[in-house]
Amino acid sequence: MAVEDVIRKYEDRLPESIISELMELLPRKVSEAKAREIMERVEAEYRQMLAEPGESVGLVSAESIGEPGTQMTLNTFHFAGVAEMNITTGLPRIIEILDGRRKITTPMMAIYLKKPYSQGKDIKKIALYIRETKLADIASEVSLNLAESKIEVTVDNEKARERNLNEAKLLKSLKAANKNLIVDAKKGSILVFKTKSKDENTNGIYKMKEKIKQSYVRGIRGIKQVLPVKKDGEFMIITAGTNLKKVLSLPFVDETRTTTNDLFEIEEALGIEAARQALINEVYKVIENQGLNVDIRHLMLVADTICFNGKLKGITRYGVVREKASVLARASFETPIRHIVNASLTGEVDKLNSVVENVMLNQPVPLGTGLTRLVAKPKRQ
Amino acid sequence: MEPDEREEREEPEEKYEPEAVAEEPEAEEIKAEAAQPAPAEKPMFDPDAERPVYKQVSSLEFGVLSPKLLKKMASTKIVTPELYDKEGYPVDGGLMDIRMGVIDPGLRCKTCGSKLKECVGHFGYIALARPIMHLHYIGLVLTLLRCMCRDCGRILVEQEKIDKYGEKLKQFGKEKGEELMRKKIKDVISRTLARNAGKCPHCKAKQHKITIEKPTTFFEAEKRITPIEIRTRLEKLTDADTELFGINPKSARPEWMVLTVLPIPPVTMRPSITLETGERSEDDLTHKLGDIVRINQRLFENINAGAPEIIIEDLWDLLQYHITTFFDNEVAQLPPARHRSGQPLKTLSERIKSKEGRIRHNLVGKRTNFSARTVISPDPMLHINEVGVPEIMALKLSVPEKVTGWNIGYLKKFVERGPKKYPGANYIVRPDGKKKKLTEETIEQAVEEPQPGYIVERHLMDGDIAIFNRQPSLHRMSMMAHKVRVLPYKTLRLNPAVCFPYNADFDGDEMNLHIPQTDEAIAEAKTLMLVQTQLISPRYGLAVIGSVQDAISGNYLLTQKGFSLSRESAIDLLAQADISEIAKLPKREAITGKEIFSVLLPDDFSFSGRSKSAEEPDVVIEKGKLISGIMDKNNLGEGTGMLLRNIHKKYGEERTIDFIGNVFRLGIAVLIKRGFTTTVSDTDLQGPVDAEIKRLLDNTAKDVDALIASYKEGTFEAFPGRTLRETLELRIMEVLNRARNEAGITVARNSDKTSHTMIMALSGARGTTINLAQMAATVGQQALRGKRIEKGYRHRTLSCFEKNDMGPEAHGFIRSCFKKGLTPAEFFFQAMVGRDSLMDTALRTPKSGYLYRRLANALQDLKVDYDLTVRDASQRIIQFMYGEDGIDVSKSEGGKLNINRIVSETLSEE
Repeated sequence: MAVEDVIRKYEDRLPESIISELMELLPRKVSEAKAREIMERVEAEYRQMLAEPGESVGLVSAESIGEPGTQMTLNTFHFAGVAEMNITTGLPRIIEILDGRRKITTPMMAIYLKKPYSQGKDIKKIALYIRETKLADIASEVSLNLAESKIEVTVDNEKARERNLNEAKLLKSLKAANKNLIVDAKKGSILVFKTKSKDENTNGIYKMKEKIKQSYVRGIRGIKQVLPVKKDGEFMIITAGTNLKKVLSLPFVDETRTTTNDLFEIEEALGIEAARQALINEVYKVIENQGLNVDIRHLMLVADTICFNGKLKGITRYGVVREKASVLARASFETPIRHIVNASLTGEVDKLNSVVENVMLNQPVPLGTGLTRLVAKPKRQ
Repeated sequence: MEPDEREEREEPEEKYEPEAVAEEPEAEEIKAEAAQPAPAEKPMFDPDAERPVYKQVSSLEFGVLSPKLLKKMASTKIVTPELYDKEGYPVDGGLMDIRMGVIDPGLRCKTCGSKLKECVGHFGYIALARPIMHLHYIGLVLTLLRCMCRDCGRILVEQEKIDKYGEKLKQFGKEKGEELMRKKIKDVISRTLARNAGKCPHCKAKQHKITIEKPTTFFEAEKRITPIEIRTRLEKLTDADTELFGINPKSARPEWMVLTVLPIPPVTMRPSITLETGERSEDDLTHKLGDIVRINQRLFENINAGAPEIIIEDLWDLLQYHITTFFDNEVAQLPPARHRSGQPLKTLSERIKSKEGRIRHNLVGKRTNFSARTVISPDPMLHINEVGVPEIMALKLSVPEKVTGWNIGYLKKFVERGPKKYPGANYIVRPDGKKKKLTEETIEQAVEEPQPGYIVERHLMDGDIAIFNRQPSLHRMSMMAHKVRVLPYKTLRLNPAVCFPYNADFDGDEMNLHIPQTDEAIAEAKTLMLVQTQLISPRYGLAVIGSVQDAISGNYLLTQKGFSLSRESAIDLLAQADISEIAKLPKREAITGKEIFSVLLPDDFSFSGRSKSAEEPDVVIEKGKLISGIMDKNNLGEGTGMLLRNIHKKYGEERTIDFIGNVFRLGIAVLIKRGFTTTVSDTDLQGPVDAEIKRLLDNTAKDVDALIASYKEGTFEAFPGRTLRETLELRIMEVLNRARNEAGITVARNSDKTSHTMIMALSGARGTTINLAQMAATVGQQALRGKRIEKGYRHRTLSCFEKNDMGPEAHGFIRSCFKKGLTPAEFFFQAMVGRDSLMDTALRTPKSGYLYRRLANALQDLKVDYDLTVRDASQRIIQFMYGEDGIDVSKSEGGKLNINRIVSETLSEE
């Protein structure tokens, strides 16, 4: 029997990761008997390494992430890769991820490209195509005409050409962006915006000006900055700002590797399992970056607690803690009064299944040695 | 108070006013079930008949108390604001009425007849002259009023719709929380009202807009609605309708949220204190209750006397204010009630809330006896799992030992020696649980007393188990069990090898000691918490206890090439380190350091790894002999390398901990024998090196000048996505950092490898070669937030520089070295960075502390179940297998199953 077959026999007794590692590491030359012996030893050792029932793995994970937290630097900014563009790292980033914040401080994407673009073909063009252009980016002058309540924007032709825009395209997208306004082009690359109703107060015009400046012209919404870089002999694009759904739908993007650091976008576009993996990766990246050593299993457990009911829940009183069945456990965390009042309305019953409640009542906790309900019956004397 | 029909229907089961629940959990009647049902007959196995029956609380129910039940459970009605009569005896019907419990020694509780400390206290009540809104239910009452008909009391939704969506709604409430559910109803109702032109779909009565003036006043169409009116309306709401709001009518009828009867907490939870002057000082709650009772009485009198409506309303509002602040004295819209001194009263909510509140301070956090705390100091001759306890502590800390026929003589000797002579005993406990303190006088008769069944609380002795702890207890290695060694002097002592898991040093750190008191606790501490059980970190699966500092330097020197001793000196050395396996030394006159180190290794141990050293990078151990490689931090230190992990795997925790202890003592013995110190001259550079460093720094300065010049000329090219100025900064930083690194390399290359400072750096015991370069050559660039220093005056950092000077010196490059001293400007820049890093630490600690608290709170009840799934307290599956493969990190080798090792082990066996 070949070594592979010996290994395969253990498929239902050993986890996948170990099996595949064995496939890689076990020398093919060994005799069948030796291979069997190795497999037996591996299995025996694996069984020994299993976490024991009752082990409070949750707390161990919390400790394993909380303890190195004290050693992390608070310094928010770090230069990514090629000394460009800031990203949040360190403790603030971990807090941000575990909080389950919808708006992260530095959204970022790493866009990989398909061949031949990954070899550098049209890389600048692609980058500019992806980047969101607002009117303010190509305008050289914006002037208000209060008397006629209209706004005139002078377009910088140089910049417009750089972004592959001509007047017609520009007008079209501006009209789409400002449906409540009348948009017109004048000679000398001047665009005119007028309100549909005649009189608009001064304040309104100013507000309108700001809105017009922000109107979307082209590119992918949300991508504020692009940076083509060469990494491991391949061209890719790093962006500030993120829009996973739109970027993935572009034909030249390698959708298998492109990613963002915004977990909620991943959840929306690719589902909760992807978000879980992304969460693990993101936290692991930060911890590794700080030169700390935390086993991935702890991150998995945290990620699973955050994701397990199908939605990203932060480790806050609005997220994971709120889902707890025990009133006292919730009350001992934050806002105790609110929890007790609400519990009284629904007539909640606390079954005392978890840890804190039992600590409060001076009773053994249902974890570890407190889990067993063993009664010994000594022999009659 | 008119009798309430609905209340009558309620069975008088236990229902608790929420504030009562949190205030006095012990006082409540708790649905208790006996965990061990008391045997009906004489217990067949237990000779101690006095043994208490342990009851276990199986569940707690929350609810709102009905006025009826409140009266029923009250022991007395409070009618007068007076507290004591002229003799200082509590007034009947007053707030300190002894029917509500006793707080004075000597008195007996009139309700239960027990004495001080035995009586847990009993509630009383006040009948309120007029109904009062309950602050914490205001939001809900508002929702209810807005959503129900002012006439017929039905919810403002058509019956068909209720029938159709009611169940769905309740399901939604269960999943998403009651608050969201109520919000949903509100939406539905506003739409219904819009459709029906603001009329009730049931009785067609016109509805008005209800507003609230915070905190407690309601208006309907600009007209005030009194709590009386509110209460009558809420009474009309049917049970079925209340359920739609997520309220369980069995535990909380809406009208109970308007108080007609106020429960008075027992005196035991608001004890008065007697000052030195003999004056009594009452608790904040008593003060507040006094106000309530006084105003309530006044209101009664005025109503009975037929006073004008305005006066009554004023008093009513005042009563509302007092009761509101009784519940919560931090309501945003109300001025807090204050003491005469102006300090705000601490009322019910403040007692429960926050870190200092009842829940986090008293219920989740507990205090313990049999504990000690003092300064720690090191003692490398202690075993790693020992703790040195000063004798005076051992005299106070005791361990209960049960007297049996076999140890009675032994234990009597302790009693004989009494509490002052070590090792003696402090107490003896009779089988009925009565404790007897041993003093000089009582010893004589006490010696005769002990018999099987007695318990003697003897002094702490060598070999007892103690739990040792250093705050902050961030991981489980912060609390480990040690074996006690009673020692002279007054500090707690520990082996420096365990400093790392505790994160302790000896600059004044204090640590705590706890002595487990029951056999179960001692057994658990021994098997689960002893130092050797904690060798492998559950965070990364490698050893957390290893050699530190001097022990590393010592072993580094010992295992270096060329270290050789005579056989006699080698034996001396081992003996000094308390190692007796001298026979393992080769029978030769000259013995190398590696051979001495090999004595510590198990005979059949083989290992290959890497060391820090560049000369002998490969560590090879074959059959218990160190063939090549230097023992340094990579192999012996904590958190790195596989040497300790492999020994642990193969030989178990006992052998490992002995090994660490031996290595530690050996390292120190080597240093003692050889001599080890550090001097300023370690940082001296030879003439040419000094010149080389000078040249290096000069060149750097020139490079930077060239960069600046090209920037000014405009021949500079920016990095993509960066401005010219930013690019310049980056380039300068790069040049300057390179200079520091090169200086470091130059210094490291040219320093004497045998100088003690270098030995420490090279072995990894302490310091780096960069530190050495900072002392000897140049300190280097000081970075603030990852940039050069920019802060200070306009266009310049300090006034001694010219404006717009972009040179290295003007932005925090410290050219000098520590030995020669810094210029004032350099010193200042260093101080800036130093302050910044202090700030960083100060800001980070609370942030990471909060993150940790949240994580611990969220994950604390996850456990591995018997089917190896990870589940939470409600048995929901979080993971099907822990970490996808079920491997416990603290049993793994760096988080992995080491297949390579198994393969090579198996193959090498022929």
